[in-house]
Amino acid sequence: MNDFKPQIVAFCCSNCASSAANVAEGMKKALPDNVKIIQIPCTGRVEILHLLKPFEEGADGVYVAGCQEDSCQYVSGIAKATKRVTHVKKILEELSIEPDRIDVFNLSAGKGQEFVEVAYEMVNKIKELGPFLQA
Amino acid sequence: MIVAEPKPIKELLEMVKDSNRILVVGCKGCVTVCNVGGAKEVAILASSIRISRKKLGREIEVGEHTLERQCDPEYVDELKDMIGDYDAVISIACGVGPQFLSERYPSSRIFPGVNTQFMGGAEEHGIWSERCAGCGTCVVHYFGGLCPIARCSKSLLNGPCGGSSNGKCEISKDVECVWDLIVRKMMEQDRLDELIEFKPPKSWITARDGGPRRMIREELVK
Repeated sequence: MNDFKPQIVAFCCSNCASSAANVAEGMKKALPDNVKIIQIPCTGRVEILHLLKPFEEGADGVYVAGCQEDSCQYVSGIAKATKRVTHVKKILEELSIEPDRIDVFNLSAGKGQEFVEVAYEMVNKIKELGPFLQA
Repeated sequence: MIVAEPKPIKELLEMVKDSNRILVVGCKGCVTVCNVGGAKEVAILASSIRISRKKLGREIEVGEHTLERQCDPEYVDELKDMIGDYDAVISIACGVGPQFLSERYPSSRIFPGVNTQFMGGAEEHGIWSERCAGCGTCVVHYFGGLCPIARCSKSLLNGPCGGSSNGKCEISKDVECVWDLIVRKMMEQDRLDELIEFKPPKSWITARDGGPRRMIREELVK
């Protein structure tokens, strides 16, 4: 289990999350290489199917990173995304899969450190849960 | 529209547990509008089934198809070349869908994927409420455009009853008393005296109570 490297898909918005990513890059802070970023215009664009597909393809965890609730560029995108993540948690639970394999994070545009910390937080959480597909 | 709610996934997985090739069939009619049985929901259910099987280490093939409607034979016919490839079919149309599919494809195992609830409309996106009970004798015009058959818990025609309190029905504080709404509406329209006229007991023969119904329009039949 120590050498388990969870494969994680992260949906990041083009505003706060991507700005935070740029700040992180400027600070020379790297994301773990097992976190794959999918950039989207706004987290409100992410649909339930988008959040399920990575699991269908064998991903161990998924997260959505977007703006703070009161500063979403498109007003209610992150609020919608949060509701969809909650719904997917319920679906995973019904499928007897740990709901913690998916999560949503609110980032600020200038917080590069936080962008990286969120990624490591997910990696560590999924490491504890173990692989999505047992060998 | 007909409003339905999704069946719990556990229930669906139990239904199809012995099948390795499953077809999920949606409908672009009412169930699309109430976000329970359209193309998106077909994809979500299919993905959920695949994830569940992947987790169990079992092979599965899940097909996806959405018909214009599942309540017209012309559209149901569209499945004829593909349905034989599957062990099980989950229809996420309203209750009519699985029945029409079962009649048209008697050798296929058809399962209902949703629980059909009522005829109603959207109060706002994501919230639907019952408006019509299909009683077969529409008289909403007597009640300011509101239907006491569908919306009164007792289907009273001469309400309100003693259980109406602060605009709520005695069965739940979440249920509006439609008679409170009717009286206020008729007052606004200065038609309160019409409510004083006693409405005789309803004949339920035109409703489902009179048996399964069938409607024939001679001018349309070939």
